[in-house]
Amino acid sequence: MKLENASVAREPSREAEPDTGELLTRRDRSLLLRYMLLMRLSEERGLTLYRQGKVPGSFYDGCGQEAISVGAAFVLAPQDRACILHRDLGAHFVRGVTPDRYLANYMGRSGGVTGGKDGNVHFGDRELGCVGMVSMLPDMALVATGQALAFKMRGEPRVALTFFGEGSTANGQWHEAMNFAGLHRLPVVFVLENNRFAYSTPNDLEYAVDPVERARGYGFPGVAVDGNDVEAVFDATRQAADRAREGEGPTLIEAHTMRMHGHGAHDDMSYVPPELFEEWKQRDPIERYTRILAEHHGFSRDELDAIRSECEREVADAAEKALASPMPDPDTAAEGVYADRFEPLGDGHAPWSRWAEGGKPHGNGRFRPADAKEAA
Amino acid sequence: MSEMTYLEAISDGLREEMRRDESVFCLGEDIGQFGGAFKVTAGFIEEFGADRVLDTPLAENLIIGAATGAAIEGMKPVCEMQFADFISCGFDQLVNVAAKMHYRQGVAVPMVVRLPSGGGFSGGPFHSQNPEAWFLQAPGLKVVAPSSAADAKGLISAAIRDPNPVCFLEHKGLYRHVRGEVPEGEYVVPIGEAQVVREGEELSVIAYGSAVPLAIEAAEQLDESIEVLDLRSLSPLDTDAILATARKTGKVLVAHEATQSCGMGGEVAALISEHCFEDLDAPVRRLTAPDVPIPFSPPLEQRILPQLDDMKEVCRELIAY
Repeated sequence: MKLENASVAREPSREAEPDTGELLTRRDRSLLLRYMLLMRLSEERGLTLYRQGKVPGSFYDGCGQEAISVGAAFVLAPQDRACILHRDLGAHFVRGVTPDRYLANYMGRSGGVTGGKDGNVHFGDRELGCVGMVSMLPDMALVATGQALAFKMRGEPRVALTFFGEGSTANGQWHEAMNFAGLHRLPVVFVLENNRFAYSTPNDLEYAVDPVERARGYGFPGVAVDGNDVEAVFDATRQAADRAREGEGPTLIEAHTMRMHGHGAHDDMSYVPPELFEEWKQRDPIERYTRILAEHHGFSRDELDAIRSECEREVADAAEKALASPMPDPDTAAEGVYADRFEPLGDGHAPWSRWAEGGKPHGNGRFRPADAKEAA
Repeated sequence: MSEMTYLEAISDGLREEMRRDESVFCLGEDIGQFGGAFKVTAGFIEEFGADRVLDTPLAENLIIGAATGAAIEGMKPVCEMQFADFISCGFDQLVNVAAKMHYRQGVAVPMVVRLPSGGGFSGGPFHSQNPEAWFLQAPGLKVVAPSSAADAKGLISAAIRDPNPVCFLEHKGLYRHVRGEVPEGEYVVPIGEAQVVREGEELSVIAYGSAVPLAIEAAEQLDESIEVLDLRSLSPLDTDAILATARKTGKVLVAHEATQSCGMGGEVAALISEHCFEDLDAPVRRLTAPDVPIPFSPPLEQRILPQLDDMKEVCRELIAY
């Protein structure tokens, strides 16, 4: 019997305790900074292209939330899967999408990930094991749950990771996903990005009880974490993914953050009190991590500057490449509605050093790719 | 060949595919130990185990959404909606996630949604609907609606093997009332092929689902040279077969149990008028339910659903035209 129901809640909600000492190498840390910078700079470049009239539709970014998608996706092994949302560009970069394909996608170019079929961050690179979001939220929570169901049915020690905002937790599909994932202890990690607003609707009009508290009611842990601390997000996700691989089921991670831009570029955010911006500016995830690397991990100013200038160069080159990409041939508009064969998703990049070492346990040694059959 | 009911034929096809391919599994409400509301999966849990005959909570978006996730990971889920009507609760996952997945990102979604549909048994407005037109407006979905036992088996097998999401409309009125010879073992009827189930020269009745046996019975009782084309697949539609029968007889009645406006009948009539205008000897007629919810009380329901006498009357009128 592979699928076995969980009958009782086993762990209360808890605060994540960062424990990344031996888990992250110096190179890992430089990569965490690099992916966050790549996201910030790519989105800044995308916003400029939007203002120049080169982006059809509107423009959406995850400014201020970079630590979440980067920290969470950095945990993933090649065969893990991710359903990525619109504030999570960093996760695409971690899994191997390049900034030129992102910018080309925004401009509706043939070189974009979807070849112009869908816009902005509504993409997933099939070959990198990523599934693109739809606008209805949180639909992807159910898709990730289904991926996890497949992993568990086949006894594979793999994890499905997905993101959603706190706004999504008000929708009934969220409940359907949580309930089923808890019921069958599926290997899925739910990353809830509480960025304080669902478009313009503030937290106090969204819920009576913080959504992380609900996890316990579904029979799995809810973990609150500082969403502007990339290592804290990484560590909470690592623990959740290890738990999932060991057959212990899902985790809900609530990453507290602040959406520093509007819902889209058309949104002036007049509904946000200015002091809230000021407060969160002090907690900018990139500036903060840059400081931590300098103060606690021996990165020199030159090293940190070099990481930034490499990212700047990469994004500048990417923009040129994206702008050089032609618009799609209108004749392709009606292609691909139906599949003529099934092709599996490919594996994503897994830059965390753990996977370079073939997935052997290190650090606290908790990782064990248990067969879900035994674990259940 | 062995004789079985339409319902037994669905079970038989499903069982064959599950034996043949370990990635095929069923999920839905009350389908395990209970065997499903209509017993299509009766006995399956004993043969295939609870994992592959997975009882779900009462959550249709979960059923469709989790099936989508499992399908893109190489499983072949067969979802059972307890009644076709309940697909409304899972509609978002079906039309926004599953249907558009391949177009948007080249990811195939090999899944089947079984939809026990249709009225005639006082099921009322929420257990009697024929929702096929909802799906026909969602590019990316395939839609099939068998009327015979053999096609029920052949099309459920084809739907399972297809790399796309397929809506399989199984009419509840046919479940135990239609019997027929069904090939044993593996049997696949290609999706997208209509079939002439009765040859004729004077009039073509183009139908699917419960309207097919009604058309055959009307033709027999009238003793006229009426051709009956069973569409079997609604998407993709066998346009060649539709145009061929229209050209052959010059008179067409399109019949279905679903409501009229923007339905399959309107689509078929439009195709014929676009391509066969010069071949027609009469206006294309439709016999459908009116645009009314399916009422509960028997005399009301019978007034709404197309009856044998209605079918005979329209056939007579068209032949006399």
